[in-house]
Amino acid sequence: MTAPILELRGVNKSFGPIDVLFDISLTVRAGEVLCLLGDNGAGKSTLIKILSGVYQPTSGQILMDGQPTSFPNPRAASDKGIATVHQFGGTFPLMSIGRSFFVGVEPARGWGPFKRYDRKTANAVAVKAVRDFGITRIDDGDRLVGGLSGGERQSLAIARAVHFGARVLILDEPTAALGVKQATHVLRIVNEAKRRGLAVVFITHQVMHAMAVGDHFAVLIRGAVAADFKKGEKTREEITDLMAGGASMSSLEAEIEGYMASHGGHPPPPAH
Amino acid sequence: MNLSALIRRPETGSLISLIAVILFYVVFGGVDLVKLMGAASWLNLAANLGIVALPLGLLMIAGEIDISIGAMIPAGSMTVAILSGHYGLPIEIGILGALALGLCVGLVNGVIATRTTVPTLIITLGTLMAVQGIILSSAMLLTGNASVSITPPDWAKTALGLMIAGKYQVVIWWWLGLAAIFFWVLHVSPVGNWIYAMGGDQTSARNAGIPTNRLKIALFMLSSTAAAFVGICGAIQFNSAQVSGGMGYIFNAVCSVVVGGVLLTGGFGSIPGIFLGTITFAIVSQGIYFTQIDRNWANLIIGITLLLAVAMNEYFRKLALSAGTRKKGGKA
Repeated sequence: MTAPILELRGVNKSFGPIDVLFDISLTVRAGEVLCLLGDNGAGKSTLIKILSGVYQPTSGQILMDGQPTSFPNPRAASDKGIATVHQFGGTFPLMSIGRSFFVGVEPARGWGPFKRYDRKTANAVAVKAVRDFGITRIDDGDRLVGGLSGGERQSLAIARAVHFGARVLILDEPTAALGVKQATHVLRIVNEAKRRGLAVVFITHQVMHAMAVGDHFAVLIRGAVAADFKKGEKTREEITDLMAGGASMSSLEAEIEGYMASHGGHPPPPAH
Repeated sequence: MNLSALIRRPETGSLISLIAVILFYVVFGGVDLVKLMGAASWLNLAANLGIVALPLGLLMIAGEIDISIGAMIPAGSMTVAILSGHYGLPIEIGILGALALGLCVGLVNGVIATRTTVPTLIITLGTLMAVQGIILSSAMLLTGNASVSITPPDWAKTALGLMIAGKYQVVIWWWLGLAAIFFWVLHVSPVGNWIYAMGGDQTSARNAGIPTNRLKIALFMLSSTAAAFVGICGAIQFNSAQVSGGMGYIFNAVCSVVVGGVLLTGGFGSIPGIFLGTITFAIVSQGIYFTQIDRNWANLIIGITLLLAVAMNEYFRKLALSAGTRKKGGKA
């Protein structure tokens, strides 16, 4: 087995007196999807920020290709091939597809102060990159990003990351705000990125979506890795229970069923 | 150009506003169209306003605002008048001094804006007051007067204060030239893309490697220097400078930029839009003198135009966002 692209060893993070992450050890390999599962407040976002260079770990090691490394800022992480795509795509809704694709790295013609932004090239490259990921509905690079559906925006952001040489793709709740159909879209894109040999870190609290693409799962509870297992080792119910912190979910289900049985099929009134 | 590409452009709304305003004056005010279009009054206003509105528009596209321009215009006038009029220094020194003051105030605005999270409306409100205070007290201290006269040499008068054919100010040419340069910066050069990205989402723009802080400081320096330039031209044309005045420019320039289709929250707008918005504003406020309408109504008409233009820009932006999706919807 090859060395993992990215590895965390015993990473801790505290903000002043508050400990947020305890002893996190995780590995991500090329062509593999690591699903990070956890409820709100479990420390998922802090972990992503450490991976993408926004925060530095208080202690512990980050290794890339087996070599110890560090990301002092987001720029350093992206220079090393780590791309983060946020829930809403992190794109610019009122910019055209071509322009937003090349923000910061605009293709230009001419020299010195007379450089001209090359709209034709930008549009053609951006449209091709997205279409190669199977989003054939996009054919006009002048269209505004805000006019795309949520799934298409995610796909555009992922295509952009891959085009600019990302090796590790961190997807922060990419399906959380999407409908069923759009989410399937994004999951297909995740599979395509995996097929191309990228290492994907997929953050979600939707177990169904995680099971659809994940090879490797880690469940985060109150800042610690509560479970670390491979595909097929656990069922959906087991994972959901783990995320909810033990057997509480199934006991809640049993409770509701019991209430409905004794109240003529009516669900319990909402708690106030 | 097809219809969908046309409605995607930020200046479409302002073009329609301009046509609507002219039609209104022609139909209800009995204006002679040829006479109105050639009138110096609105062209002169548009030129002075436009030189301030162009850099202000760039700032607003980048998601910021600068109202200290209201103080920078009299500050530019007073600086050149005190240096070259009161102390009799060469006019070059007066002009450079005024422009340097503009660069300094812009630098202060920009540095505060990048170092704090205070909204730039508040920051530049502070510098607006501060610059007013500095100009009034230094004028009284140095010259003992709130109005200073200046006798510029012929070349300066020709370049900055000439009246072409006795009524057209030479700043009209400066305005047109600057509009061309700003068009290049925003729409042709790669830097334009940075400005849009900054206004769209500053964090993403910084993560994409755009030097957002340096760009923001540069834009602030540009807007206050442009305001100082308008002040210099005024002093040279009228041979005198006053500490007051310039406050009207704040609202008029913001109004022109917004009528021109620039989104107040940033990320959307264009130079042709700002250009047309400035013309629209100038024609509304000056064109009323060509009508039989009582000129006391002018501000009402400006207010209504502003509201209608903003509503229309909103509508066009929605169309722009959905443009291209509908024609594919037919296939699905």
